[in-house]
This record gives sequence, C-alpha cells and structure tokens, in this order.
Amino acid sequence: MSRRPFTPKVVTANLLREGDVVYLNAQGEWVGDLHDAELIEDETRAAERLALAEGQPGRVVGAYLTDMKAGRNGPEPVHFREGFRATGPSNYPHGKQAEA
Amino acid sequence: MYHYDDFDRAFVAERNTQFRAQVERRLDGSLTEDEFKPLRLMNGVYLQLHAYMLRVAIPYGTISAPQMRVLAELAERWDKGYGHFTTRQNIQYNWPKLVDIPDMLDRLGDVGMHAIQTSGNTIRNVTADHFAGAARDEIADPRPYAELLRQWSTDHPEFQFLPRKFKIAVTGAPNDRAVTRAHDIGLVLKERDGELGFEVLIGGGLGRTPMIGKTVRDFLPEADLLPYCEAIVSVYNRLGRRDNKYKARIKITVHETGIDEMRRQIEARFAELRPLFDGGDLEALDRIKAQFALPSFLNGPSEIDLSDPVLRSFVDTNVTPHKRDDHAIVTISLKAHGKTPGDASAEQMRVMADIAERYAYGELRISHEQNVILPHVRRSDLPVLHAALRAAGLGTANVGLASDIIACPGMDYCALATARSIPVAQQIATRIDEMGIEHDIGALKIKISGCINACGHHHVGHIGILGLDRAGVENYQVTLGGDGTERAAIGERAGPGFAYDEIVPAVERLILAYLDVREDAGETFLDAYRRLGPAPFKAALYPEEKRDAA
Ligand code: HEM
Ligand code: SF4
Repeated sequence: MSRRPFTPKVVTANLLREGDVVYLNAQGEWVGDLHDAELIEDETRAAERLALAEGQPGRVVGAYLTDMKAGRNGPEPVHFREGFRATGPSNYPHGKQAEA
Repeated sequence: MYHYDDFDRAFVAERNTQFRAQVERRLDGSLTEDEFKPLRLMNGVYLQLHAYMLRVAIPYGTISAPQMRVLAELAERWDKGYGHFTTRQNIQYNWPKLVDIPDMLDRLGDVGMHAIQTSGNTIRNVTADHFAGAARDEIADPRPYAELLRQWSTDHPEFQFLPRKFKIAVTGAPNDRAVTRAHDIGLVLKERDGELGFEVLIGGGLGRTPMIGKTVRDFLPEADLLPYCEAIVSVYNRLGRRDNKYKARIKITVHETGIDEMRRQIEARFAELRPLFDGGDLEALDRIKAQFALPSFLNGPSEIDLSDPVLRSFVDTNVTPHKRDDHAIVTISLKAHGKTPGDASAEQMRVMADIAERYAYGELRISHEQNVILPHVRRSDLPVLHAALRAAGLGTANVGLASDIIACPGMDYCALATARSIPVAQQIATRIDEMGIEHDIGALKIKISGCINACGHHHVGHIGILGLDRAGVENYQVTLGGDGTERAAIGERAGPGFAYDEIVPAVERLILAYLDVREDAGETFLDAYRRLGPAPFKAALYPEEKRDAA
C-alpha cells in the first residue's frame, strides 16, 4: 500500500459555545488567528494534537487536521476553503477579517 | 392569516424548554456532540464554516408585520444585523452563538415562530405559492392545505426518521410558482366538476440526481389529502433506501421502483389508511380555512398615474395583477445590484413591516426566489409605497430579470460548499447593470449553487451555475434551458467549466448571444433556447472551440 508523504497540518475546530473558528497553538491553547497556530510537521505529532483536541468536547466541536503551508507570519491555507475560514466571508467584512 | 392556537403555542414552548435543557446538557458535558448534533439539527441549528447557523421556518412563506419585526430583532440582538431569506421560505442567521439560540427560539415563540423540522430526515417546512390568496390565476388558496400538512407532519411519530428529508410544496394556480415538480410531493390544486382536488406529483428533486416529479394521481379529492400523503410517505418509509444517503430520497425510490408500481403500492396503502381518518382532518381544514380569510379589502381606483418612468419601470417588473382590479401584488426585490441575494438588514425588515402595516393589511410573504411579497396592495397606494421602498434601498426594479438571481450561501458560509456562489451573483448583477440592457433582456432566471446539493436550484435556472472544486480551485459549470414552472425541465450541461474569473464574462457572452439570435423582444431566453437548441449558446460560451473546429 502506497502512502502519501505527510504534509504539514494545523488542528482546527469551532468553539462549542460561540461557534468561532479556532486553531490549536504549540502550547495546546485555542487561538483565533491562524498565524498563531502550530504548524505540525510530522504524523505522530499530528495524531497526538488531534487527540488532544478531541479530548476537549466541552470546549470545541468538529476538530480536524487540515493542510497548511509555512508562510511569512505563520501557517497559511493550502485550500481556499480554509482561506475563508481564516478570514471570513467575501460578501461582508465579518468574521476574522473584522477582528484584525 | 393563521394564528397559533393554545396547542401550537404549548407545543412550541415545550419544545424550546426541551432544547434549552439539551443545550445546557451539551455544555456541561452530559451530552456528547454525537448525541447533541441530531437534536440541534431537529431545531434548525447547523454548524457552518465560521459559526453556527439558525434556520427559522416561515411556513408557506406567510409572515405578519409583528413577526417580521421579531426577525429584525433577532438579527440585531443576536446576529450581525441581517438575515438571509432562502429558497425554502426560511430565514437563516449566519452568526448566532449556541448559548444564545435558546433565547432566540423563545423570542420567536412569542410570535408563533419556530425552527422545528427545518432540518433532519423529517417532513420539512411545507412551501406554497408566494402569491397565495392574491393571485389572479388561482383556483383556491393553497395555504390551508399547507397548514393542514404542517399540523399533520409536525412531530408525526412515524415520520421523524424517514430515510431522508422530505419536502412538500402546494400551488393553487396552474402557473406553478412553487416549483412543485422539484419536490418530494408536489400538489397542484385543480377543479373538476365543481369539486376541488389535487394533481399529486411525487419524486421530484434537485440535488445530485435531479428529477422532475411524476404524476401519481391525476385528481385527488380534497378530502383525501392527508390519508393519501400519509400513504405516500408510508410507502416511501418502507421502500426508501437507508443503505445509501445519496439514493435515499423518494426521487430515487420512484426511479428505481417505477411510477406505476409506486402508484399501485400507494393506492393499496391508501385503501387501508382511508377508513382510519375519521373526518377530524376535514374539520381541522375548515377551521384552518377560516383563519386564512382575506383581509377586508378597501376599495380604490384601478387606474393610476404611471407617468413617472421610475415608478412605471417598477410596476412593469415588480407588480403582478391581483384578484381584484383595484389591488396589486408587489414584490420587493432583495436583489439590489451587487448585494447578497436574499439578505435583508434589520432596518430593512422593519421598513418592510411598517410598509406592510400601512399599505398591505399587515401581510408579507417570502418567495422561494428570495424576495419579499406584499400580497395585497391598493393600486392607488403604489406611488407612495414605491417611494417608501426606494428610500430604504428596497426599490430595485428587477423581479424576474437577469439580476434577480437565486444564489445559495456557497463557500462563504456553507460547510458543504465546493465553491462560492454569492460573489458570482453579485458580479453578474453588477455587470448586467453596468451594461444597461437588463430590461431589454427581459425574463431570465439565473440560479447558482455552491455544490451539487443544488440549494440554489441551478438545475431549473434558464442559466444554471454550479460551483465545483477542481483540484483546489473554484470552477463553474453552466447548464442551460432549465425551468422550474409547470413546464419544468432540468437544464443541460453546456460543456467544460469556467474558472472564477471567467464565469461572469461567459454569462455575459451567453446573454449577448441570446440578444443576437432572438426573433424579437417577445422571445425570452428560454424560448429562444427551446427553439434553437444549445448550439448558438455553446458557440458563445466556447468561442475558441468554434474557431478550432472551423
Ligand atoms: C447553509 C447551510 C445549508 C446546508 C448545510 C444545506 C444542505 C443541503 C443538502 C445536504 C441538500 C441535499 C439533500 C439531498 O439531496 O438529500 C440540500 C438541499 C436543498 N437545500 Fe440546502 N443547505 C443549506 C442551505 C440552504 C439554503 C440557504 C437554501 C436556500 C437558499 C437551501 C435550499 C435547499 C433546497 C431547495 C434543497 C433541495 C434540493 C433538492 O430538491 O434535493 N439550502 N441542502
Ligand atoms: S448548494 Fe451546497 S454550497 Fe449551496 S447551500 Fe446547499 S449545501 Fe451549501
């Protein structure tokens, strides 16, 4: 069975109470800004961090690992879906782009 | 219009108390997300891309001015100052916090509104012609039947876990404005020998496998409505495929079983069920009909001064003949060029409520085309009403035209999306406005979905646009010739998709090609497509291929 090489990832979820998009940082805290997230470079660590997130059902909902690449100020989205989650919708200046 | 009785009120209040407790138990950890998710979905609460989403039902699209004000209040107190009206005659709030939703539901309950069965594998919000009660071509008001179906289906013990969601639409007029042929059950009111009844269609639907509904009964007497619908749902509940979510809708059951065999089974089940309905349903129907009594119309002149060209243009597109010569049906466009289709700010909702009270007997409707309707307006009030709408940025005269676009939330909000739809709609509308040819183009329905689920009805758009994800890049497929009316048709795919920055120019080429090939200004885009077939339109969409082939 051929396995795809591991690509860098971030753990993301939504806050249970508020619904806001959040990311897991290197200290294991939930942060709102993608740039502050931990870019996970290896598979074992990724599984551990996801397990850490999934172990907090009272804090977040729908945690998953998603591909990111290293950018100048921290992780950056690979796919446009994560781009919208990280900034907000394109029709109003709502969501994260409003907090910046 | 229909007012909640004590039973309805108690039911909604109890349901809200129950949901409040479920939210608390989720927050304190006694419910897991897996346990909670189906419960929240039953109450219209989704988790979307950026936040939770609350979907509130507006049964058969009918809403009063005080209810509209509460929708505005919810938008302001617990959301970001606006709401999104959808093709299913719902309103969606895109940013509520889970912890606030019980309060939102209580506030809705105060004015007899709720979010029950706006989700889940249940019988959903029953939709009806948005011109119901007012339309000149109407045989009878479809809403009492929709309300009867709502009462019958709400919390129906057998039908809470159907193989898949189930949608019913009713029209009282031969001109189908309720897209009955794209619903699980479509009901078309008819009159035969002085008696009312329905043509019953089943198995219509859009989504990944679009199908036009098929007639299962030519004429169903009015009195048999509930037992017959129960027979349909019961046969579907038994035959519908639970093994595969993508094959679970009744359209697939009808497709795989065949309409004749479906009919045989439904009629057999109906024969069993008929005697079990003891007439209580008909008494309920009579009570409901009384609640839908029309307002006491004020008399007025039928002829009005239309010398103001702006008013004239508004009347041409946004005003429809009413049953009474001295009244009119006014459609308020929520499609101002460049704005998000279907969105209204809290302020606009309040203005619409005020206008409805002053000029429209307090009644409003939400159309599946994501606009708001004032069903009963005295013609003599049209000029002042139009001025009031304009002052609130609600005077756009584009109903039924190219910029009156249906668009689903797409990738800007929806967790299932594969591409954006809102900005495509915004850009098409802006472009058409810049070109200044919208009124010349005439009737044209453009519909956009952000994924194969087809919430934006793209299959029945004259021009349909489906946003897909091609290797991590947005790509838009065009379908042509779809129609959601009584001449329903599924659009045909035109060819390869277009990139995000190519789709608007492609639509522009299509429209220009139509203007070129039409016989005269009376031939609509759809008529021209039906007459000429796809060739000239494909040539406009893919000019380089034509050149290569030459
Ligand atoms: C944003 C959250 C939404 C989600 C998660 C969602 C999800 C879905 C899914 C999964 C389906 C396909 C179901 C099936 O075929 O079994 C569907 C169908 C549909 N949705 Fe949505 N939808 C959303 C928003 C909307 C909105 C905003 C509208 C109205 C503008 C809408 C209108 C419809 C309609 C009319 C269908 C029926 C298509 C059919 O006949 O199968 N939905 N939706
Ligand atoms: S069509 Fe797809 S993207 Fe659009 S609202 Fe429906 S599920 Fe979401």
